[in-house]
This record gives sequence, structure tokens and C-alpha cells, in this order.
Amino acid sequence: MGEKIDYIKLASNKPKGKRPYFHDDPAVERVLNITMAIAGELAVMRERMDSIERLLEKKGSISREEIETFVPETKEQEEQRQTWHAEYIGRILRIVQQEQEELENPDKSMEEIANDINEM
Amino acid sequence: MSVRNLPPVYNKIAQHAVFPKMNHDERARYNFLANLNKHLAHVSQGNKTAFENRVEPKFEQEHGRKMASTEELKEAISKDAHYQVWSSLRRSTMEMRQQAGRSIVLRQAEELRDKVRALNEGKDSLVLDDSVEVPPYLLACDNHIMPGSYHTELIEDDVTPAANYDTGLFVTTAGLLGRYSDGGGKAIVSWVKKTYPDFSPKRILDIGCGMGHNVLPIAKAFPDAEVIAIDTGAPMLRYAHARAMDLGITNVKFMQMDAAKTTFEDESFDWVQSTMFFHETGGKSIYKIMDEVYRVLKPKGLTLHIEQPQYTDDMSLFEKFIRDWDALNNNEPYWSKMHDIEPIELMSSSGFREEDFMQIGAKAENDLDDGSEKADEPEDHGRSPIWNVFGAIKN
Ligand SMILES: C[S@@+](CC[C@H](N)C(=O)[O-])C[C@H]1O[C@@H](n2cnc3c(N)ncnc32)[C@H](O)[C@@H]1O
Repeated sequence: MGEKIDYIKLASNKPKGKRPYFHDDPAVERVLNITMAIAGELAVMRERMDSIERLLEKKGSISREEIETFVPETKEQEEQRQTWHAEYIGRILRIVQQEQEELENPDKSMEEIANDINEM
Repeated sequence: MSVRNLPPVYNKIAQHAVFPKMNHDERARYNFLANLNKHLAHVSQGNKTAFENRVEPKFEQEHGRKMASTEELKEAISKDAHYQVWSSLRRSTMEMRQQAGRSIVLRQAEELRDKVRALNEGKDSLVLDDSVEVPPYLLACDNHIMPGSYHTELIEDDVTPAANYDTGLFVTTAGLLGRYSDGGGKAIVSWVKKTYPDFSPKRILDIGCGMGHNVLPIAKAFPDAEVIAIDTGAPMLRYAHARAMDLGITNVKFMQMDAAKTTFEDESFDWVQSTMFFHETGGKSIYKIMDEVYRVLKPKGLTLHIEQPQYTDDMSLFEKFIRDWDALNNNEPYWSKMHDIEPIELMSSSGFREEDFMQIGAKAENDLDDGSEKADEPEDHGRSPIWNVFGAIKN
């Protein structure tokens, strides 16, 4: 195994070329990146659980080796898994979608609506 | 028909002897990232709305005129909250993809090297030359934010840059290039066979072959041809050669050489090909390389170059700007400059005749596509496997 190189540190190296920051405050960028990494690891865990559950269901007992090599066995299982990812991402990026919807269909503020309703 | 167009599961990717070993969670991490990439293509559509509904009107109100350049557009949209969050998520996704790929290959760097060595041992179809220098434009930044780029060796005879590339293409393109990521090479073969049914090249040169995934379909389609694939990155060539050996393709010779100064004789190839290569070169080198293409090509020889789509005059400022996003934020800087060069001018400056110039569109041939009807997808600028191919017959 990689005795000679610190693969954990090297795996997270920075590429050459200045990193762009998109938010006004770099702290927002930092927190977002950590959050997305955690989001990814939760997705990984969920997929692992899915493998365990399916194998348990199938056999009644499971081995670690089986989990390590499990891949979806039917088109339906493939779709279920990918649908889970799509759902999960839709859930955690809710605010981005809502802001996009707001852009397409701007809403009035509650103060304005209150005033409107006052006249209704 | 599903309302969702889901990416294929990662385990559909083709295995070969030097493909890195991946465990359950590593595959799952790539499934997450492929889905996240797809999702962000949808979020990207909000940029256009934000631009039209608030960025542009605000600019026009403040300046009393229309935006005049992509630079002005960039400055204005950079302050927009939707653009900010989309950009930062997209960048973060690309960084996670690199981290995920490198954590797979670096933990098994020595095993991969040994497997590659065993397949390459004693073969004269791999020719490395450590006097070949990495072109300066490749040292200026790490392309596609791949730490260490195509050339860095962390251990002796390292192959991890290529192995990382091999695992990750499937993720960035959500599987649209096929099981072997060779949809571009297959597309060009089909086009050539259809357009020139009598063409039977004896010698073919592929420049900037990388891990060789797109040259193999060409070698396979012309089994009697002698194919030479060159690159400056030794890790790419070692891996490419071992990969080709394992896939049973033996008519390709992989050589370490700079495409701007090759050692081939004048007029010695019937076909010179490049795939996704020129946009990763530099403003002076691109001309030198095209001069070499012209020099080594036989009269009546064919040259084709699969590239990113060109800008067109009727493209809006916004369209141009968003197409350059990857160039500037996913470290492919020359891509943003190559738009200023007309392929026809590039080729004619090297001696090709303008009347021999050709330009076609190409779409990846994807063996993962099961033919089922899929929901429409928004275009993911710079990531869709739809390309511009330019070239000429030398006369
Ligand atoms: C984006 S990769 C393209 C790989 C492959 N052709 C494909 O179809 O995807 C660009 C490759 O070109 C190589 N390269 C860049 N400049 C070169 C040069 N002047 N001579 C030879 N190879 C070069 C890089 O090392 C890298 O492997």
C-alpha cells in the first residue's frame, strides 16, 4: 500500500492556479464547501445502507465482502438508487431552487400582501 | 418516460486490468457527484433568468446603456446571489471530484504502477523520453484543477494522474461518453468511414493522446494501420499503453513527444488526429503544432480536430460568458482565448488551403445509452458531449 506517500494529504492538494471565490465573504465559501463535503459523505453512507438492506432482504445474513462488491442488480434498482441521489440533492439545495423560482416569478413581500388584503 | 434524466450508475463503467480498484463507498461517492453535476446543470438555468431579470436591468439603469462586453457582464453578475451560489457549488463539485479520484488512486499508487509495469515490460510500443519537456502552458496552472496535472510523478514511474483521469471522466460527463469514455473517438471513426469509405490510412498520428481512450477506437477500426499516439506526460503514456495492451489493441505505439516539435519525417502520415487537445495548449504553441501537423501529413492526407464548440456572432453576451465559466473557474484558461482564433485561419496559416477546410458537428457515441426516451436536459455549457470538428485534406 502507499507507504511512501501520504495519500490522505496528497488527495486534498490544491491545484496550481488561484482559486476563485464567488461569495463576498470567503467564510461563506468555506462553510459551503465543508457542508457539501458532508452532504457527499451522507450520500455515500445512504448508498451503503441501501446495499446492506437489500442484501439482508435477499439473504437473511450478509458478509462485509458482499457489501463491498454489491452493485445494483436490476434496472429498477439502478433507477431507485439514482432517484435517491436526485431527491437528496433536491432536498439539500432547496434554497437555491426556491431563489430560482422567485427569480422566475417574483413575489410580493408580506407587508405588501397585507396591504393588498386590507383592501380586499 | 421518467421526468428525471438520471445518470447511469458508476458500476457501469468498463473495467480493465489497470483500472483502479474501487470500494463500495468510492463508487457511491462518484454516484453522488455525477448526480450533483446533473443537478447543477439545472440550477445553472437560473443564471440566465437572474441575468435577464435583474443583472442586466440594473446595469442599464445605472449606466444608461447596454452592456458592451463579457468583462462588464462578469463584473455585474459576480454580485448576483444566484450566480454566486451556483458558481461556488460547481467549483466545489469539481474539487470534490478531484479529491475523490485522487483518494482512490493515491492509496494504491504502487500497485497500479506495478500492474502497468508488468503489462509494459519489454514492449517496444511504449517509447518514453525524459528529455521531452512539459510545455510551459501546462506548468502555468493545473488543467481542470487536477493537482499535479498530466505530468507530476509522486512515486517512480507513477501512473496516478492517468488513473485518476480514467475514473473521473464518467462522473464529470455523467456517463455520456460511454463505458470506456471513448464516445468521441467512436464518433470520428463513424464519420470518417461514412464520408471516405475508401480511405485506408497506413499511418495515423494522434497528438495529445492522454490516456489513449479516444485513439483506441481509431486503431481498432483500422487494424492494419500503424497508429502513433504522442503526449508529453509520461504517466499518461505508461497508463495508456498498459490499458491498450489489456484491451487487446496492439497497433498503437505510444511515444513521449512534444507535438510542436516531433521527430517524424515530412509527409509521413495519412491521418493526423487530435481530440480535446488544442484548447489545452497556448497562443503560440497552437500555431507551431498546426505547422507540425501540416509538415508530417502526406499530400491528400486527412487531419481532424475534435474541439469545444466555437463561438458564433449571433451568440449573446451571456451565452459567451457562461460558456467560458469552465475555462476560468475549472482551470482551462486557454479555452477562453482560443475563441479569438478562427480554425480556418489557424489551418491556413500553416499551409492548408482555405477551400480544403471543413467543419462538422459531432456527438459522442454512447454505448451506455439504452435507447429509452429521456427527459429533456438543459444544456450544460462546456460539458455536453457535442463538439465542433475542424480539419482539412492536405492539397
Ligand atoms: C485534455 S487531454 C486530451 C486527451 C485525449 N486526447 C482525449 O481524447 O481526451 C490533453 C493532453 O494533451 C497533452 N499535451 C498538451 N500539450 C502537448 C504537446 N505540446 N505535445 C504533446 N502532448 C501535449 C497533455 O499532456 C494531455 O494529456
